[in-house]
Order: sequence, then structure tokens, then C-alpha cells
Amino acid sequence: MRELTYVDALSEGLVQAMEADDGIFVTGIAVDYPSGIFGSTVEAARRFGPSRVFDAPAMENALTGIAIGAAAMGKRPVVVHPRNDFMFLAFDQMINLAAKWKYMYGSHAGSVPIVVRGVIGRGWGQGATHSQSLQSVLAHFPGLQVVMPALPQDAKGLTIAALTGDAPTVILEHRSLYPIAGPVDQAFAPTPIGKAAVVRDGTDVSVVASSYMVVEAMRAAESLEQDGVSVEVVDLRSIRPLDEETILASVRKTGCLIVADTSWVLYGVASEVAALVAEKAFHSLKAPVYRIGLADSPAPVSQPLEDAFYPKASTIAKAALTLLGRTHSHLGDIDLADEFKGPY
Amino acid sequence: MAKRALHAQSGFPIDKGTGDSVMKELPGEILRDLYRAVFRIRRTEETLASLYPEQEMRTPTHFGIGQEAVAAGVCGALGDDDVVYSHHRCHNHYLARGGSLLGLVAELYGRIDGCANGRGGSVHLTSRETGFVVSSAILGQTIAAATGSALAFQLDKTPRVAVTFFGEATCEEGVFYESLNFAAVRRLPVLLVCENNLYSTESPLSVRQPAGTDLCERVRAFKVTAERVDGNDVVAVYGRTLAALDQLRAGEGPVFLECMTYRWREHVGPNFDHEAGRSYRDKAELDRWMDRCPVKRARALIVASGTGESEVLSWESAIEDEIQTAVAAAKGSPWPETRTLFDNIY
Repeated sequence: MRELTYVDALSEGLVQAMEADDGIFVTGIAVDYPSGIFGSTVEAARRFGPSRVFDAPAMENALTGIAIGAAAMGKRPVVVHPRNDFMFLAFDQMINLAAKWKYMYGSHAGSVPIVVRGVIGRGWGQGATHSQSLQSVLAHFPGLQVVMPALPQDAKGLTIAALTGDAPTVILEHRSLYPIAGPVDQAFAPTPIGKAAVVRDGTDVSVVASSYMVVEAMRAAESLEQDGVSVEVVDLRSIRPLDEETILASVRKTGCLIVADTSWVLYGVASEVAALVAEKAFHSLKAPVYRIGLADSPAPVSQPLEDAFYPKASTIAKAALTLLGRTHSHLGDIDLADEFKGPY
Repeated sequence: MAKRALHAQSGFPIDKGTGDSVMKELPGEILRDLYRAVFRIRRTEETLASLYPEQEMRTPTHFGIGQEAVAAGVCGALGDDDVVYSHHRCHNHYLARGGSLLGLVAELYGRIDGCANGRGGSVHLTSRETGFVVSSAILGQTIAAATGSALAFQLDKTPRVAVTFFGEATCEEGVFYESLNFAAVRRLPVLLVCENNLYSTESPLSVRQPAGTDLCERVRAFKVTAERVDGNDVVAVYGRTLAALDQLRAGEGPVFLECMTYRWREHVGPNFDHEAGRSYRDKAELDRWMDRCPVKRARALIVASGTGESEVLSWESAIEDEIQTAVAAAKGSPWPETRTLFDNIY
């Protein structure tokens, strides 16, 4: 199968969906610029023009309400936030209206299938307001779907699923994933929402990860394999609905669970998965659940602080060895050197 | 002087005679429909308010008694394909736009025949089949949603119009300005109907907006057509809406109508404020507004137009019967089954 980068896969999913459905339009700050959302909307803008891909004033809350009102009339709006943090301004419309729409009106007002894309930043001094991961807060509310593609195939497939489904859906895309390439189907095919994927089989320990932490988990798993440790990596893909079965099946197989999320541990996805396993697979556990997330502080800018803030492949690998009662001798070199050159 | 009067809250500039002048050219049939609409809304709301103390309507309810002419006048002028959004004081708009009476009453009683099957309550109504999209209890939400529907109509190149009703306190919300700006930039066919009843819950304009504020003037800064209308004169509202619709359908951009009106009852609930011992406004002010009752004024117009008293009484009697029938049907409607709690989340 051909390989595409994550950003090209996002673009291809969007373009194919727009070809299939005239009602799709894309808006948000600078979506129609030559740099269009790190390149992900450039092809759509070129192909479909300003009637379907257009800039919007800085008005996150109204723009979301506008998307809802357009969706209520049969359109399929895509609202894009170059940083998902800007979405906080839109929480009223997203949580108080879009998430409740179908339920609150007894389904008689139809559904409002808006799609909201938010890019998660990380590193290079993104700082406290340009690097947060909003999946937990968004997923807290019944009515929204929240997905986090980690692999290029799912960047395309989950975009297609969101744009062909009926529920308001948030797609959180990690900026660090954009340049990573992987196999992607040519076909116009959705990745099912609500299904996690076992992206690496293993028998000793399960690492359930979201978004960019899937990449770190894979790197950790490769390293641990050399130490004779077999790691199973589960890519959540969908935060809400959550695929309980895949998580529980993996834990029942390995008996050890590490959850690695791109956000903070407290009150987060990692806590939710840990609670799920405690409730439904407690007797399969051979060791305590280990949660990995951001250090419990706002994101700092200064490089040494930032380095300490983000968990890495080595964090996961050390956790796995600790759970298995093994010492960790030569793990210092598995983390990727930060070769990124700004701007981000 | 006009601005001082607004902030004195006892009056405001009224273009007296607007209704009369429109009425001269108004077909009797339309005048009849407008009167029947204001009367029907009034009597429905008064009936619900009288039943509310029975404690069977378990939903915070914001009665629109006193403000009927805005809903009836605007909705009376709309076409079948136009859509309406509303806010927490939404019964008037829902009924004026043709929402089912049983659907409203049963929704307040939390029954399965409610327009939202008992999921929404008083503030979350819908009647898609008659063009009433939804109401929402969060200030300003539906201004954005109506703007989005107008965007859809523009993208589809149809002459449909989206209408949003909201109170003047919503002009204190950021989403109002965001939406107004976008509608102005794109010249969207959205009719913004502000029901200025001078109070936000119990806060008067004087503590919420700078002295001398003129909302229309503020809106005009966005290059949007804005006009103040006597919101207790159903014919004036109707006439001004017709003119606005011409502009909207011609693609000339949004229109803002500030309809001056007054809520007779408390912010939420069936009582009069003076009965509840509240001091934020006095009975004398209420009495002055009750003298300008939109229902009585519309009735006077219809009688003046030559309709016989007995005919008007027969309409009124038919409407009373309809309301009583709806109340009985609502009270007899089944509760939603508990097992449906999780239906329609996605």
C-alpha cells in the first residue's frame, strides 16, 4: 500500500468526503490560506474554492453556533481550530447546544452533524495555552463524539467517518503527527468511530494509548522487545464512545496495564481507562495500573522544563519494566532527539 | 430626550400611528389572523400561568404575557420556508410560528406528547414541521444558529430567511456581536428581533448598559439596518417585518428590529412581581404598560375595521376551547417510559 503523511491523509479524507457530499464546507481562521492549517486544507481550498472553503473572523463561539444552524438546514460544516485550545471559547455552543441537540428536542429537531477539528500543539515552546489536549473535557458530555487519530490511515478514515455520520464530532489532531508517514488506503472508507485498534500484539503488558502517545508506545515496545518484553499497544482512536471490549480483552491477556494519554492524568482519559479496568477486569490484573500523562502543571516554555513536562517512550518503557518487576539498564537512548526547527 | 426616556424605563419613543397607517392597507383577513394569534398566545399563557401553581408543570417557565405582539407580528409576515429560532421566553414564538398547542402544553407537563417528548421543557421547544427550529435557554446561542441557517440559505441560493428572537440582555453577550459581524460581512438573510422588555431577570437597563445607549445605533456601527418598533403594536411589527423581509430576500444583508415591549409577570414563574413582594419595579410601571396591552390594542383595531363583536367573541371562544382541550390532552398524555432515558443521545 502507498504511504502518505498524516497531513496528506487528513487532506485526502476531507477532499474525498467533499467530493461525495456537496453540503460539506470548511471554515475557521485561515483555512483558505496557502498554508491552510499546516497544509491540511490547501487541496480542499484549491479544488472546491471559496464557496466551500472560507476564512472566518475570530469568533470561535458564534462560528460553532453558525455551524450548528447550517447543519440544522442540511449542511455539513467543518470548523477548524489551528490550536484546540481556542475551542474553549466555543464550549457553550459545542456542549450546551450541539451535544444536546438530538436528545434535548426529543430527536424532533433532527441532528446537527458538525465536525470540529482541533490541532494539539506540543513542544518548541508552545506553552500553556497552545498545547493542551481537550479530549477529556469534551468527552465528559454525552452527545459529542471525540476521536484522536494516531496513524495516517485513521486520520483519513476518522475524517470520513465524522463527515458521513450523524453525531457532532470533534477530531483532535496532534501537530507532531502531521509529518509522520504510514500506509493509507486509496479508497473512500471510514474508520469506525468507537473502535480501538490493537496496533501491536504482545503478551506481557498492555499499553493503551491515545494520539501521539501511540507513537511513543510503539517506540517503547520495539525497545522492550530487545529485552524480551512483549508489549501490546492499543490505540484508542475514539475517546467517546470508548471501546471497552478491546481494552478489557488486552488486559485480560497481559494482566498488566499502562495508560498513556496526551493530557494530564488527573480526571483524564488515563483515569477513565484505569477505572474501567478496575471495575471490569480487576481480577485479571497482576500489578497496579500505571497512568502516564503530562506532568501535573501547565505547559512551560523553557526547554529543560518542557523536556521534563512531556512523557516519552522511555517513560513508558520504564513503567513497563517496573510493573514486571524488572530493572531497566539501557533505556537512556530510546527517545527521539528533538530535531524540530520552528516555527511550529 | 428619547434616550433619557428609555433609561427612565417608563416609556420610550413610540412611532404612534404606525399600526394605524399600516392597517389602512391591511386586508381584513390578515388583521384577523394577527388578532387571533395575539389572543391565542395570551390566553394560552394565562391558562398555563393559572395552572402552574398546581406544581404539575415541573419546568422553570418564562411567561411571555405582555409581549405577544412581537411574536405574532413577525411570524405573521414570514413565508412557509423561513425558519425561526427563539430563547428562554419562547412559548410566544413557538405558537406564533404554528407549533402545536398540545406539543407545548404536554412539554411543560413532561409528557410523551410534548414537542420534545418531555426532554426539553419550557425553554427547549421545537416544531421543525412548522419552521420553528429550536429555542435554547442560553443567551445568544440561537442568534448564532439562526445566522448559520441564513448562511446555509445563502450557500443554497434560496430566498429563505432565518429569524432569531432574543431579549435586549443578549446584546450584552459576545456571541451577539460575533454573529452580527459575520452576518454583516456576508450579508446574510437573518432577521434579528430584539424584544426589549427593559429587564434582564430583575436587572434594569440602567445597571446593564451605559446611560444613553441606543441599541439600534450600536448595531448600525456594523453597517446593519436597525430600527426601533413599537413592540406592543402587532400591526406595526407586522408591517416593519414585511419591509425587512424584502431587504433580506434581496440579499441586502441582515436587519435588526428593536421591539419595545414589556413582560408583565416575574422573570420565571407565573406571579406578578408586586404579588411576590419584589421591588425592582413597581406596580405603577406595570399598570402603564398594561394600559398599552397588545391584545386590547389589536382587538380595538379589528373592531374599528368593522368586524362585529359577536364574530370576535366566537373566535375567542373557539380558541378558549382549543386551549382547554390541549390542557386536558396534555394532562392525560403518558409519561415517557424510563427505558427511553438513553434514546437519541447520538
